[in-house]
Amino acid sequence: MRFQLPISVLRTRYVPGRWDVIAFILVFAFFAYLGDVAHGLTGSLAHLEAQPISLDPRYLPDYAAQTALRMLVAMVASLVFTFTYATLAAKSQRAATVLVPLLDILQSVPILGFSITIVFFLALTPGRVAGAEMAAIFLVFTSQAWNMAFSFYHSLRSIPDELDECARAFHLGPWMRFWRLEVPFAMPALISNMMMSMSGGWFFVVAAEAISVGHTTVTLPGVGSYIALAIRERSLAAIGWAIAAMFVVILIYDQILFRPLTASADWFRQEQEAGLTPSRSWALTMMRRSRLLSFGRAAFGSMIQLGFNRGPVRTPRPAGARGFAASPLLGNVAWYSVVAAIVALAVWRIGRFVLLHIPLAEVGHVVGLGFLTLIRVTVLIALASVIWVPIGVYIGVRPRLARTAQPIAQFLAAFPVNLLFPIVVSAIVVLKLDPNIWLSPLMILGTQWYILFNVIVGASSLSADLKYASANLGVRGWLWWRRIALPAVFPFYVTGAITASGGSWNASIVAEVADWGSRHLTAAGLGAYIADATSAGDFPRTVLGIAIMALFVVVLNRLFWRPLYARAERKFRVS
Amino acid sequence: MNANALALNLAPLLDTRGVCKSFRKPDGDELVVLENVNLTLRPGEIVGLLGRSGSGKSTLLRLIAGLDSPSSGVVDYQGAPVAGPARGIAMVFQSFALFPWLTVLENVQLGLEALRLSEAEIRKRSLQAIDLIGLDGFESAYPRELSGGMRQRVGFARALVVHPSILLMDEPFSALDVLTAETLRSDFLDLWGEGQLPIRSVLLVTHNIEEAVQMCDRLLIFSTHPGRVVSEIPVDLPHPRSPADPRFRALVERVYVEMTARPRGEPRTGPKSERFAGTGIGTVLIHVSSNLLQGLIEAVYAPPYNGKADLPAIAAELQLEVDELFPAADALQMLRFAEVEGGDIRLTEAGLAFARSETDERKHLFARHLLTYVPLAAHVRRVLDERSSHIAPKSRFFDELEDYMAEETAEQTLRTIISWGRYAEAFAYDDQRQVFSLENPA
Repeated sequence: MRFQLPISVLRTRYVPGRWDVIAFILVFAFFAYLGDVAHGLTGSLAHLEAQPISLDPRYLPDYAAQTALRMLVAMVASLVFTFTYATLAAKSQRAATVLVPLLDILQSVPILGFSITIVFFLALTPGRVAGAEMAAIFLVFTSQAWNMAFSFYHSLRSIPDELDECARAFHLGPWMRFWRLEVPFAMPALISNMMMSMSGGWFFVVAAEAISVGHTTVTLPGVGSYIALAIRERSLAAIGWAIAAMFVVILIYDQILFRPLTASADWFRQEQEAGLTPSRSWALTMMRRSRLLSFGRAAFGSMIQLGFNRGPVRTPRPAGARGFAASPLLGNVAWYSVVAAIVALAVWRIGRFVLLHIPLAEVGHVVGLGFLTLIRVTVLIALASVIWVPIGVYIGVRPRLARTAQPIAQFLAAFPVNLLFPIVVSAIVVLKLDPNIWLSPLMILGTQWYILFNVIVGASSLSADLKYASANLGVRGWLWWRRIALPAVFPFYVTGAITASGGSWNASIVAEVADWGSRHLTAAGLGAYIADATSAGDFPRTVLGIAIMALFVVVLNRLFWRPLYARAERKFRVS
Repeated sequence: MNANALALNLAPLLDTRGVCKSFRKPDGDELVVLENVNLTLRPGEIVGLLGRSGSGKSTLLRLIAGLDSPSSGVVDYQGAPVAGPARGIAMVFQSFALFPWLTVLENVQLGLEALRLSEAEIRKRSLQAIDLIGLDGFESAYPRELSGGMRQRVGFARALVVHPSILLMDEPFSALDVLTAETLRSDFLDLWGEGQLPIRSVLLVTHNIEEAVQMCDRLLIFSTHPGRVVSEIPVDLPHPRSPADPRFRALVERVYVEMTARPRGEPRTGPKSERFAGTGIGTVLIHVSSNLLQGLIEAVYAPPYNGKADLPAIAAELQLEVDELFPAADALQMLRFAEVEGGDIRLTEAGLAFARSETDERKHLFARHLLTYVPLAAHVRRVLDERSSHIAPKSRFFDELEDYMAEETAEQTLRTIISWGRYAEAFAYDDQRQVFSLENPA
């Protein structure tokens, strides 16, 4: 084992540069902050209650920093989960038969549904802040992990044959293969999913920090609980401050984390097109140029490389000896019987748990509520499509405009829509509107952007030749939309609409119930049912609501979105 | 070369005996890709595997590399059977297979890192290989910054740096333009001739006949369906070999003759369209566009050929690789527009008539021949005629074809019949609904 010596030792002439100074300040500020937080973690909940959240904007930077850190920890946890779960699912066909459908279900479960796990975390460290922190982080994690794991799984399954053969022919061991082939290959898709996950995380961080299940209420210092308090106190000024704080945090995340990641993903890109200039990021430049940070990178690199050098050179087995065909029949039978037994037990337990407390008639009623929410989601997606598809196409065919608009759309998607609730709710109250209708737009406020930016991407992928050809033939007006623009963006639109639809189901739990001070507005629907059951601490009803919603989402995906997506892929994709 | 004479006396480096490879079809039947392949590779020689696409030569290369295992038979490398990727056998890929996220240097180092060598050793050997192969100055470049030729140089450096005994090359020059390929080939041959390469012998898969004659000491010709070695041609021209040399031309001609010869055991008389006796609709159709078919007929009809052309000559004139030329010639033969034998292509009466006709007449003639001589086309037409709706789903024919061939081949065969049927206006196909029909849009 050898350790990498610091560059300041190895180089005789080491002059710290501009990038070093910036990196030095950033790194040590972060460490100091981590120490501070770790101190707070060991504190007791009673201590936390003694220091209630204050609406004074002076405290806001600290709250924002704590929230940002929670998001970061959740993101790291999601990455670890992604690397292990998805790898296991991709490498073992037996594991995949269970893990992949499980992930599909987990992805469809509304995020707030996971709040029933809070009690478990609180019980883990009674009276301590750590348990509440873990619960909050776990909630954020559940809004981030699933799509990342899916993306990684798909990437692992679609590694090009020649790279796979090359890795095997040159005797790459599993560890080296993972870091040299699989992770870099999966990176671009994983990064865009991380960005989406981050948006999802922001959306639910408000709910995660102000935890209340039944009689247990814990308020962790953070932007989320600041907003919750502002809503209770009806302080529009505080809401404004919170929006500003969130804006800053999202911006910092974008600059320090996602910009450099996307810029470096351009290096990872599989297509080897010439003349493609990778996007730029000052933070990436800093990481590349600063010797201090490159020391950190080198340390991480050699840590991974230690794995390359351990043990004897392994000869991978030939392809024929792997997979199902080679595994003994007996093993399969045993495996599937165990799986079947566990599933049967689970179904029985859940069924008993739910039906013991809830009359069967109510199950029918809940399904009915599901249809109400379904109508809302469908109408809203249709409305959002009518509005955003033309706008997206308009922006997309103008490259300069598209370059400006796309990051804005991405940013808007990350913006937690709960912040707009106060405005909407007070409007509903003042104008005496019907909450059944007017609460609904909240569901799509956060998710409509997926439609917009996918359409922008689709329209900008329309080749210059096609544009010239249609201009040359004099195709314009409605004919241009019908024959050229709409078919070109259709596959992209479908991708965006699928994401938006899933997100809207999720958001219904937050959107069908809204509070503004003592005013409590409810729209009839499955989301409201789940939200009410959760805040009343009614576990059987929460479980029932979640199960029904997951069922709706999965069935909708299978019966509607998947065929539509397959059709779009087949018919409209050029080449 | 002295090494050649010596080689005969040395123990073989690689020896395959009775290697078969078959894949299981969805219905449980076996699809034989390689049948009883015996091949010996001695130190100091470059051996070429020539065959049409689908002859399983790339599959054989993967078996030798240990990337896949044979269904039966043995692959011996230096006297021991190959089980899994063997050390000492390195491979150069048609698509380069470079890791786009690694620099040139990192790509070259990869195989050495996997062998757990010391860092100093890795660096020394990588820089040597980069130097040898002419990549100096490009160490820190990413693959996407390089041209195709430079990328393949990285592919070579990466393979050579592990000091393999055998270098396997899977159509290494076919993704490059003609001039680049030529440069890279002669650079490689120079290094090989000067004994600068660590490798002891080379196995080259190619469909480029000139390339094979230029590089190899021995050529093995593969047949298709199933892949088998049908003949062996020694090449004993001195290096450097010039394509203008009459002996070079004669060898190229001989390879063409061998590759257009009837598979052994087939009757020497009678129509040749039923290459696969008894299969009828199960005949594999390689996709050749109707444009290429027309172009080939016209070229053979025109002076100086006047209806009969030498395949190497026509390939050169039309700038066709053999993997395009042979399927086109086969298709014309199947449609009875031409006869292919002894490295020549000769138009039949129908072929001559086709060449003389205008568009509409050509279509009628093509349709008549298509429905008469291609059993699958006749079958599709018959099914459509018999149904009152005159509509039949693609899946119906796909399922039938799957009894005879692998999924991808069936897909390709259907694609071919759709394209020919459309040109002949014999039937129509709607890709969106995936149905055949008799209606053509008015």
